[in-house]
Amino acid sequence: MHQFLFLLFGAFCVGGAINLLIQRKTINSALSLIVVMGSLALIYLLLGAEFVAIVQVIIYAGAIMVLYIFVIMLLNAGQEEDAKGSNVAKIFGIPGLFAGGMIGIWVLLQHRPEEKLIPIGALYGPADKVGMMLFTKYLLAFEVTSILVLIAIMGAVVLARRSNS
Amino acid sequence: MSALTFLIVAVIKIAVTLGVLLTVVAYTVWLERKVVGRMQNRWGPSRVGPFGLLQPLADGIKFLLKEDLTPPYVEKNIYLLAPGLSLIMALTSIALVPIGPVIHLFGISTPVQITGVVNAAGQPSDINVGILIVLGITSLGVYGIALAGWSSNSKYSLLGSLRASAQMVSYEVSLGLSLVGVLLMSSTLSLSGIVHAQLGTWFGFIPQWFIFRGQFVAFFIYMMAAFAETNRIPFDLPEAETELVAGYHTEYSAMKFAMFFMAEYANMVTVACIASVMFLGGWSGPSLPFLPVAVQAFLPLLWFSSKIFFFLFLYIWIRGTLPRFRYDQLMAFGWKFLFPLALANVVVTAFFVAIRA
Repeated sequence: MHQFLFLLFGAFCVGGAINLLIQRKTINSALSLIVVMGSLALIYLLLGAEFVAIVQVIIYAGAIMVLYIFVIMLLNAGQEEDAKGSNVAKIFGIPGLFAGGMIGIWVLLQHRPEEKLIPIGALYGPADKVGMMLFTKYLLAFEVTSILVLIAIMGAVVLARRSNS
Repeated sequence: MSALTFLIVAVIKIAVTLGVLLTVVAYTVWLERKVVGRMQNRWGPSRVGPFGLLQPLADGIKFLLKEDLTPPYVEKNIYLLAPGLSLIMALTSIALVPIGPVIHLFGISTPVQITGVVNAAGQPSDINVGILIVLGITSLGVYGIALAGWSSNSKYSLLGSLRASAQMVSYEVSLGLSLVGVLLMSSTLSLSGIVHAQLGTWFGFIPQWFIFRGQFVAFFIYMMAAFAETNRIPFDLPEAETELVAGYHTEYSAMKFAMFFMAEYANMVTVACIASVMFLGGWSGPSLPFLPVAVQAFLPLLWFSSKIFFFLFLYIWIRGTLPRFRYDQLMAFGWKFLFPLALANVVVTAFFVAIRA
């Protein structure tokens, strides 16, 4: 059951990602990205990380992608233009993708921990445990990230101010 | 509980909850027309059935039988997807709401909550990130409106949905922050856990609801943000009929329009449920020992539904009272007043919780 669900949502995720690339209309690509985010959240849920899963939905699917769609609506972006494409991409595209994928799989196989499924609940799932980890073991990374976000907010305010005046 | 019993109980709970929710949605429309009618010195619906009580049925038949127009030049797939998305998101979050305590029927114990189960110790338990899931589903509800406006290929729809998505994204922040105080005090994210943190009374009659335990500022922030989230007056700019015809659902007709309509009222019910669970103790209420035992069993459901009724009436009352905001006022109110107030509430609550710990 567990494996079946993993394969199902994994297929959704990969399918959404491929659809994101091949769609010509911007809005369809954005919707495919939402599908990718949602299936990633479900895979987190299968690993027993319910807090991370729902945060994934709230932040990525609920906030960031809404802004993407908002911008697409505001600019009313239509179909993407067909730029004839380069010869390098035509010749080396698919072999390059194949080789890259093989190297990726090889690296993953070298570093896999054990040959078994991760049982549900093996990860730090509940919100209190995640919070404990964030404020003890990973405090430095957490604070550095929050400063990064603060700088980004200030940058956004500066940019918005400048265009107004 | 075996897997089969679990499945049967779950299906029964889903069917009953969904049936009750859809009935409540239909009769909220009736109540709104009736109450607003009285406030404006007229009768409201009165022809179909006694007191116009069959009006929702007549409306439903009308929606089903009307011609279902699809205007040319719409983005067909997304145009068809949007109403369904709205309605599904609006109906899903009721699954998380604890409607009543554990009931015992035919040798089976289960809480009156779709996602609730009884654990090995006989205590009710539910999803331990329940409130976050409700917020997540609410934030996904924006897509229905945004896509509806964009795919309709009409300037009124597009303007309405731009307004709606900006408004919902802005007020979601205050909505989420207003709940943080309650979460700090109950130290759980599970909705049934939050209700259980509010059981008990002071002096035997004042219930220990979070609104009486210092969270009344959060309650008012939540209510104002919730009005904006559900696009109700005074925050109904997305469908401001004097400027935008009908906003994001201008180009929708028949059942597709009805789906948006039902989604709006289902959202109102959900928001009322979350408000009563977070601030007014959910199904808890004063016990009335003088009543017969058979009636006492229904008391939690009675308390819960009367709280929901209070919120729905408040929605209608405010609709009959207040005019609409201007758009810049709406944004300034959300970001410059509600948001700092919600942040201040979080800081003050955290301070007091830390002192008491």
